[in-house]
Amino acid sequence: MSELLRERFAAGKAEGRPLFIGYLTAGYPTRADTVDALLGMEAGGADVLELGVPFSDPMADGATVQGANQVALEQGISLADCVQLVREARAAGLAAPVVLMGYYNPILSYGEARLARDAAAAGVDGFIVVDLPPEEATNFVANCRSHGLSFVPLVAPTTRDERIGILAGVADSFLYCVSVTGTTGKGNVVLDDLPEFIRRIRAQTTLPLAVGFGISTRANVEAVGKLADAAVVGSAIISAIASAAPERRAERVREFVEDVSGHKRAGGPGSAS
Amino acid sequence: MPVETQMSPRFGEFGGRYIPETLVAAHDELEIAYMEAIADPSFHEQLVALHRDYVGRPTPLYLAERLTRECGGARIWLKREDLAHTGAHKINNALGQALLAKRIGKPRIIAETGAGQHGVATATVCAMLDLECVVYMGSEDIRRQSLNAFRMKMLGATLVPVDSGSRTLKDAINEAMRDWVTNVRTTHYIIGSAIGPHPFPTIVRDFQSVIGREARAQMLDQAGKLPDVAVACVGGGSNAIGLFHPFIDDPVRLVGVEAGGEGIGSGRHSATLVGGRPGVLHGTRTYLLQDPNGQILETHSISAGLDYPGVGPEHSWLKTSERAEYVAVDDRQALEGFQRLSQAEGIIPALEPSHAIYHAMKVAAQLPPDQDILIGLSGRGDKDMHTVAAALGVTL
Repeated sequence: MSELLRERFAAGKAEGRPLFIGYLTAGYPTRADTVDALLGMEAGGADVLELGVPFSDPMADGATVQGANQVALEQGISLADCVQLVREARAAGLAAPVVLMGYYNPILSYGEARLARDAAAAGVDGFIVVDLPPEEATNFVANCRSHGLSFVPLVAPTTRDERIGILAGVADSFLYCVSVTGTTGKGNVVLDDLPEFIRRIRAQTTLPLAVGFGISTRANVEAVGKLADAAVVGSAIISAIASAAPERRAERVREFVEDVSGHKRAGGPGSAS
Repeated sequence: MPVETQMSPRFGEFGGRYIPETLVAAHDELEIAYMEAIADPSFHEQLVALHRDYVGRPTPLYLAERLTRECGGARIWLKREDLAHTGAHKINNALGQALLAKRIGKPRIIAETGAGQHGVATATVCAMLDLECVVYMGSEDIRRQSLNAFRMKMLGATLVPVDSGSRTLKDAINEAMRDWVTNVRTTHYIIGSAIGPHPFPTIVRDFQSVIGREARAQMLDQAGKLPDVAVACVGGGSNAIGLFHPFIDDPVRLVGVEAGGEGIGSGRHSATLVGGRPGVLHGTRTYLLQDPNGQILETHSISAGLDYPGVGPEHSWLKTSERAEYVAVDDRQALEGFQRLSQAEGIIPALEPSHAIYHAMKVAAQLPPDQDILIGLSGRGDKDMHTVAAALGVTL
């Protein structure tokens, strides 16, 4: 389990405010932008960062993240590069917990034990693996645990009650709740079903709950924050960085995260503007 | 009443269920529905009746005497799946799964297709069973297989071109998965080969095993013995596993033929078992064509139906357990097989089984005349005329 993640969620709870989690695909739009973009997200108020590991076949992602994956892969960004980028971001002063999010095959190819060791040494705090349900994750979860990393299971609206307990049993810092049946990046999610979904999960666990998929605006984040412990914004951050001039990317990320998260903080390269 | 889960999700170390959480319930539901169906005599009766009256089963077993003489060795037998309704073995699986979807009560069907044969088969059974049908197909494959693309539309299906990645079969599967993640409550995904997460590889294998069961009985009847060798092409590997499975416990050599594209050495091929290594793609652990970082490689083959960087997990197991052997045949050799069978027997094969035909001809030549080679002739070649003409430098 990641102490840093646990502390962040505990702090949010103590302060009575939901956390903001920002996602960015590593190497998008260029490798050189990633460290500054991570620092920009933190400066803009992101409490936890998800760094997307590019994969050639992101079958649970919508067009925005697919496109970002493609751009990153064209530059040859590998899982090893993602670990290195986190190392560089830590050296540059990044304090927020970082979770690597992606698909299983690059992890399997890297080697599960070697990855857990290297990631922990670089300052990674955990993993979200979209296509690795707990039944297939025994070995990877054990490797994460032995290096103080969190394995973050996903819960979906289609997940049955009896399975929620199994997923919570594998989690050690928080659960990632998929807001809708669908891919990432559809935007302006309809949250009508969210209260009942969150209630079903709360009935089985006291772990913090983060809600993601389709959350793109301040209004979405506020609505989710009333129900859950954290809101995740991803595709909208990618769109924001894509629309910025090359020299203003990190600054644009900071501005966008400030707006959408609703809380400002000092520090980071974008704060001087 | 739900049936106890008892299907094995793995074939040795291969297979499993590597899927987004959103799809877990649908896979559980499918597994239970399938076990209930195969335990239900009325499901069998329905399937057998439609096989006979709609698909045209059993398909013939044909002794290719002229081709046998030309090769000068073992007798060559063809299991004629090209004569099944819609012109390929794909209908066996599409029909079985569409009946399952009816049982589960899902009114909407999605499918992916490479050469278009699975898409046509799915559109066909959906028309017959009154199911909505959406087919995802890579735009490159639509270009290569425009006739099948049009056939699907004529059958009332919605054809969705896929422009991501290499615009071929793997990208169509990704897009079908994205649809399924979104519409899983109303939709069944009829995956087209013996690939994907558990229980798909087992279900597809079981529905395709009618090929091998019939061929086994027909060999005993017509040749008076089992074949010495069974040969089939392998992309995802559904026709091959369907042919092989009923012979697993027999002393029959099983040979899968992959698409060598422009040659294994060129790197431009689709020979997953010959040139790949194990990984996880599309929900299953199996051999893949991938780079050292675990990114999936683009594949190449003259036949759209073999143009896939993975392979059914049961084939990975048959390879590592050495029960079956896998070889590659390149584009040029497949074209030779295509022309040799056409001209020796008056049977125009699809480009996919043309790979198996070429290899079987080589094997036959090295065996004595009292031995028998069984080839899975998985589909007919009408769809490939434009591709073959272009490869031979002919303008139609």
